Amino acid sequence: MDLSFTQEDEAFRTEVRGFLAAELPADIAGNVLNGRRLRKDDMVRWQKILYVRGWGAGLWPKRFGGAGWSVVQQHIFDEEGAAAGAPAQLPFSLRMVAPVLMTFGNARQQEYFLPRILSGEHWWCQGYSEPGSGSDLASLQMSAVREGDHYRVNGQKTWNTLGQFADWVFCLVRTAHDSRQQAGISFLLIDMKSPGITVRPIVMLDGEHEINDIFFENVKVPLENLVGEENKGWTYAKFLLGHERTSNAGLGHCKRALNSLKAVAAIQTVDGRALIEEPRFRDRIAEVELELMALEITNLRALSAAANAARAPGAESSVLKIKGSEIIQRIAELQMHALGHDALPYLREALEPGWAPAGVLAEHYAPYAPPVTGRYFNQRKTTIYAGSTEIQKNIIAKMVLGL
Amino acid sequence: MDFRYTEEQLALQDTLQRFISRDYDFERRRALTHSELGYSAQAWARFAELGVLALPFPEELGGLGGTGVDVMLVMEQIGRGLLLEPFLSTVVLGGRLLQDLAPEATRAALFPRLIDGRLRLAFAGYEAAGRYDLTHVACRAVRAGNGWRLSGTKTVVLDAPSADAFLVVARTGGQDTDRAGISLFLVPREAVGLAVEGYATQSGSRAADLRLADVTLGDEALLGVVDQALPAIERAVDRALAALCAEALGIVSALNKATLEYLKSRRQFGVAIGNFQALQHRMAEMYIAEEQIRSMTIMAAVNADLEDAAKRSRAVCAAKAYVGEAARFVGQQAVQLHGAMGVVDELIVSHYFKRLTVLDLTFGDADYHLGRFSDSMKRAPGRA
Repeated sequence: MDLSFTQEDEAFRTEVRGFLAAELPADIAGNVLNGRRLRKDDMVRWQKILYVRGWGAGLWPKRFGGAGWSVVQQHIFDEEGAAAGAPAQLPFSLRMVAPVLMTFGNARQQEYFLPRILSGEHWWCQGYSEPGSGSDLASLQMSAVREGDHYRVNGQKTWNTLGQFADWVFCLVRTAHDSRQQAGISFLLIDMKSPGITVRPIVMLDGEHEINDIFFENVKVPLENLVGEENKGWTYAKFLLGHERTSNAGLGHCKRALNSLKAVAAIQTVDGRALIEEPRFRDRIAEVELELMALEITNLRALSAAANAARAPGAESSVLKIKGSEIIQRIAELQMHALGHDALPYLREALEPGWAPAGVLAEHYAPYAPPVTGRYFNQRKTTIYAGSTEIQKNIIAKMVLGL
Repeated sequence: MDFRYTEEQLALQDTLQRFISRDYDFERRRALTHSELGYSAQAWARFAELGVLALPFPEELGGLGGTGVDVMLVMEQIGRGLLLEPFLSTVVLGGRLLQDLAPEATRAALFPRLIDGRLRLAFAGYEAAGRYDLTHVACRAVRAGNGWRLSGTKTVVLDAPSADAFLVVARTGGQDTDRAGISLFLVPREAVGLAVEGYATQSGSRAADLRLADVTLGDEALLGVVDQALPAIERAVDRALAALCAEALGIVSALNKATLEYLKSRRQFGVAIGNFQALQHRMAEMYIAEEQIRSMTIMAAVNADLEDAAKRSRAVCAAKAYVGEAARFVGQQAVQLHGAMGVVDELIVSHYFKRLTVLDLTFGDADYHLGRFSDSMKRAPGRA
């Protein structure tokens, strides 16, 4: 048992730091660190920079153009990237559809899609949830009917994240009506430019446009865009969810947020004393820090176990998802409380890059204040999406505990 | 980075597990808690035979050169079996203090006896007025001729009734709560003026209050440099804190196993109660707690060996605080999910729960260590 990083790992960390210092554009890092609205261009630009370096996808095997990193290297990269203000790489592309294609896709699909994901040319989004199928995902109704060389697809997907920017969407569709609802599901890749697709924004509680409804009306999808076998899509879907939950631990992000919280608590004052000097507030930070320390090791244990056994992360990713989401929510909440009354102003324009307060506001409203309360509201999604906390507990009860 | 035990460690774990299943079942343990000695002399001898008592000591002292991870492994099994033997007091605390502070001659005389099980030690560090604060030392040692004279009381000294010698923390300088002026003395059980007033603890192990009334000792009783024992004491206690986490982990893991079996076998409303989602989710939360406790315990075990005091103590404080709180949750919920069976003496569940409670209260509870961890929080120079 050894928790220390090897010399190679430390050398890798130095290399990552050097790379970030040299290549991460300052405007992008500024937007990330200050919680400004990220644009598609920011994320694509960063993906292209990583691609040029050969780091487009750290954990992908080299034969697919990945960096072939160990899980520890990926952990180091995530941690350093988050600290430096690198935008998250698009999980739908890199950590969701790509592993499915590598494992279940055919050679043509791999050769066409994987390089375009790596280079940032294709932006993917996820078509899983439907209005009547949230936690009970396998009850989904969107239909795909074979007609000659294509499927005719009809239905609606919802809670689709960042689909307004997407080139492609991977969808779970119903291709058969079996008595077991999981049995008639297939995994389809759909070009967002296909005629018959409409994207409708859904405004979230923070006032931002992050998610969408997508309507499919007689959309023709070539048969060759079926992944794996027809009606076996549920197997692939579950495989994907395992990957999704692992990435959802979001440890690098949590660490950056925690450090930022401490820094804010050292700046905010209570009658001239730093807020962090107040034991009641400081203890609350300490409590969430303990959770994060534990989760960091739980995460590494899960990743090592999976790597040692050469398998995808299993039900243990539910632990990571539950804890990671609770931690990020708690940090966001404490960040909000750290601001006191300055958590109250709702200034939409303040989230644009380059905004600065004027008048009396400039005297008390800190540069880090604008995104804080909205982020607290927004982060309530994290215990709901990708399988709610309650669904994760069902998974643990069934898959781990055998209940 | 590697979270696996070595082949040797796995073999030791296996041996301990088999020993517990075969020779240390719950009814046997119950009998031991009522015995004169309070633990199993046979088990203690077996530990010596297996090298468990030599595990963390360097080879030049006859030890096996083990690490904090080896101690974790043993303590996890001690927890699982609710073992009563004074491993923590003798090996983790006493042995470590002798290793760090005792002069050459003392070490040469004592280590062979410690390692083969003939020397049992108890750490007399805490006093009632100081609660969990190691620096609160009112027990005084003054020069008396060539030796020392000790007076004061030490309270709730774990494993004291069976100990052959005590490591007594006494003040040789400064005020009651100063960090400086703290020294450590080796006090034999038969010392004149020493009264050992023993009792059982809430978890069936033994402890005692010590009253030292002008206990006169030779100069060799002083371990280490006068007035400067605190760093070594803190180092040993940090290791003990990590070890306590591991014991709690062993119990949590056993409790979760027992509770899960109960959920699968107990039937109400015509079905196994594990079919009810309210109970499934609780059990899932207990499983998550166990995973997180294991992570914190590993972190503490690895860091317990560090020489860097600030880093070491921050890690073990974090673990003790976290494990205290999370194990409290598991213990209480295990009792709850067992229903009335959880609150009877007959089942092991209540005994596990009581031991977890005792472990939290030992050497500082979750609140105490959370406070220490919180107080160490740096004013982050990081980006807001």
